Amino acid sequence: MKEETPFRRFVSEFAASKVALFGLAVFTTIALLAIFASVIAPQNPYDLAQLDIMDGRLPPGTKSATGYTFLLGTDDQGRDMFSGMLYGLRISLAVGVGSALFAAVVGTSLGLFAAFLGGRADTAIMRLVDLQLSFPSILVALMILAVLGKGVMNVVMALVIVEWAYYARNVRATAMVERQREYIEAAECLALPRWRVVFRHLLPNCLPPLIVIATQQVARAIALEATLSFLGLGVPITEPSLGLLIANGYQYMLSGKYWISFYPGITLLVTIVSINLVGDQLRDVLNPRLKR
Amino acid sequence: MTATIEVRNLQTHFFTRAGVVKAVDDVSFSVNRGEVLGLVGESGSGKSVTGFSIIGLVDPPGRIAGGSILYQGKDLATLPEREMRSLRGNRIAMIFQDPMMTLNPVLRIDTQMIETVLAHDKVSRDEARRRSRDALGMVGIPSPDERLMAYPHQFSGGMRQRVAIAIALLHNPDLLIADEPTTALDVTIQAQILAKVQELAAEHGTALIWITHDLSVIAGLADRIAVMYAGRVVESGTAAEILDTPRHPYTHGLIGSVPSRNKRGEKLRQIPGMTPSLLSLPAGCAFRMRCAHATAACETEPENTGEGTRFLRCFHPMEQAA
Amino acid sequence: MITWILRRLFQSTFVVLAMTVIVFVGVHVIGNPVDILISPEADQAERARIIANMGLDQPLWKQYAYFLGGALKGDLGRSFVFNEPALKLIAQRMPATLELAVTAVLFSMTFGVPLGLYAGLKPDGFLGRTIMAGSILGFSLPSFWVGLMLIMVFAVELGVLPSTGRGTTETLFGVPWSFLTWDGLRHMFMPALNLSLFNISLVLRLTRAGVRETLPMDFVKFARAKGLSPARVIFVHVLKNIMIPVVTVLGLELGSTIAFAVVTESVFAWPGMGKLIIDSINVLDRPVIVAYLMMIVMLFITINLVVDILYMILDPRVRLGGKS
Repeated sequence: MKEETPFRRFVSEFAASKVALFGLAVFTTIALLAIFASVIAPQNPYDLAQLDIMDGRLPPGTKSATGYTFLLGTDDQGRDMFSGMLYGLRISLAVGVGSALFAAVVGTSLGLFAAFLGGRADTAIMRLVDLQLSFPSILVALMILAVLGKGVMNVVMALVIVEWAYYARNVRATAMVERQREYIEAAECLALPRWRVVFRHLLPNCLPPLIVIATQQVARAIALEATLSFLGLGVPITEPSLGLLIANGYQYMLSGKYWISFYPGITLLVTIVSINLVGDQLRDVLNPRLKR
Repeated sequence: MTATIEVRNLQTHFFTRAGVVKAVDDVSFSVNRGEVLGLVGESGSGKSVTGFSIIGLVDPPGRIAGGSILYQGKDLATLPEREMRSLRGNRIAMIFQDPMMTLNPVLRIDTQMIETVLAHDKVSRDEARRRSRDALGMVGIPSPDERLMAYPHQFSGGMRQRVAIAIALLHNPDLLIADEPTTALDVTIQAQILAKVQELAAEHGTALIWITHDLSVIAGLADRIAVMYAGRVVESGTAAEILDTPRHPYTHGLIGSVPSRNKRGEKLRQIPGMTPSLLSLPAGCAFRMRCAHATAACETEPENTGEGTRFLRCFHPMEQAA
Repeated sequence: MITWILRRLFQSTFVVLAMTVIVFVGVHVIGNPVDILISPEADQAERARIIANMGLDQPLWKQYAYFLGGALKGDLGRSFVFNEPALKLIAQRMPATLELAVTAVLFSMTFGVPLGLYAGLKPDGFLGRTIMAGSILGFSLPSFWVGLMLIMVFAVELGVLPSTGRGTTETLFGVPWSFLTWDGLRHMFMPALNLSLFNISLVLRLTRAGVRETLPMDFVKFARAKGLSPARVIFVHVLKNIMIPVVTVLGLELGSTIAFAVVTESVFAWPGMGKLIIDSINVLDRPVIVAYLMMIVMLFITINLVVDILYMILDPRVRLGGKS
């Protein structure tokens, strides 16, 4: 028998749910597909030289003039949907994961600040959190993009602003509990610098709920980005994410050319659901009390 | 005297994933008109489940697995739900332990009372309201007309239990099952409620099954007492017999653990150990692990022995009074 | 109770003020107000005239006062595209959105409560589990994609429902409504269903959790011990307890529903406020954007206030808590 470490126990508890393992496997596959998109994709969808407008809107399985089979059909530009989706997936994941991580850093820092500084700073930060959480995410994102305009970085910024409050609220709550504990008192008695107490002692203990929220937020961010891009407020047409691909296909769907929207949609769906499956199990394992 | 209700070899089992829990296993007793039966036991002994079995409110995974409950020639254990419902709250009523929880918090008292009247009698709403008001007055609630319009949270615990009693007695039932109705109340209120129920039950000849874990509550109230342990009645008899000359070591222990004035200065005796899990009951007498008198014989199930009103399940009955 | 409402009103006013500051800062400080508020087609003289006219050469606090003063008079600028007051444009589109959002909330009740009730009463049955699994999908599916699928199935493949637009409207109180005509109702069904999907899942879960929580309560057992019919126990005793949180949450969700109508309206080309704002963002019609944001904030705060008051009226424990 191997020694029981907290990490090993976590792994075995996580693996207890077959559904969660399945979700993890699916998500890993999706992530690998996205990372190696340029290797896997039979066509570079952004290289206009490779596109032939004559191949536009071909149904799945059609052969191109050059003998290549479009597995999932083509869009209006004659782009191979499969290739386009792999690249789109890459952008969706990058925006989703990137914004979640960035928001985690911002939210965690502010949450820790609020918990440790207390007083007015605490009140101000938490009021802002309350105010923001009382508005739906789509509205907040809409406001920001209305002011900033389109663009990948602007979308990431909008998502960060939407999400940071969740981290801040949870981190502050955990930190408020943890700071009452003896080990923090002990560290303070040793006159350790405050930043050291916060980052070396407090932060590791806030980590489990943070991981859970981060997972949920990645899924939310991907969905929100797709929605914004679908509305034409998100990523630019030169860097289409899954949401924008779906939007492109929308106009052709009414004439029965379903594949341009349908496959990116399914991919988006599978991605979100697989992350949620992992997230639900993480929540149960890491923090049984943290339930929405 | 004919028995209002007669329970014969009742078995109520819960079929859980972990196994079959025999919450009530071979329980027999009867209650006559106007009589008070005290059903005594620790939590988990099956006394409440016995009550719910009689009124037909055992929820899945539990069900009555055997035996019979005779009421006016009908077997309630096998009575169709429709007929059972017409008896429930009408001929057989029940009140519960926690008065804070028995009344629906979002419905007014009048709604909760009138619906009870209308569930069994075809009368006008005005008539139902009049009867509800009278019932409130009967249990000693001042200005009943006003109180009808109130919500449960506007009453104190004792008052809520009075309302529950008024509801239970709306149809002058033949049998009232009281499941520890005073446990959650202050001692002074307890006495008032006890007296009130006793008075009302006596007035209408209502038979009363009083479920409690507290022997001292039942001492002045019950005509007869049945002591339950791990789903079985281990000893039963008249109140005087049980209290003065307990013969089962468990009953003996129960009485010994009640503080009383007569025993001042004496050390309170306690029963060692805990109630066994009903999932893993050992074969034979369930009490033998905690019993000072247990021998090898106790590894087989003791039979129900006795005559007249006095019954006992023990190989080594105590001879002397406590 | 009056003081409580007054205090709430005061708080709400404060939040509205805070929002005007945020919107003002967003438009006037982060962005360039000259670009935002003046049509790109205006010539140099026109620009100078408008800058002076709008006080953009004034110090910031004066600009804010000007903005606030305009907002109080209901003047939030004119749309570049329609050349009409922005507020009027929004007011014209609002009924379509409100009708859609209210129908969606009604849908979430009519579908969510019975499904949740069933799943709560039969939690281990096949159907009960299926309902719960479905509700997880309802939470995680991006609603625009569901909208597309609805169109694909019901409009394109089956051809039973119209895909876009409001259909025939009927005028009531000088406002055109879709719910008054059969054609309008047919047009409204899919968008409303799409918009309510999240709330159906939410109501369903709340109801199920409520049923699971309430069923083992003593008062339910007591109600049964009184000999009431199962229907009365469930629909009066259990449901009445559950409806209080459900109605509260739904009321609070009305605001979100109006906000999320942005997505549904875009998918189904429903001519409401949401579609207007998206179009306005895409053509940079900023006065309309500002007006929309201010409107929706006001709407939100009003809804929250009304729900709080309704909640007090609904729940006797809250309503009478102080008196007993």
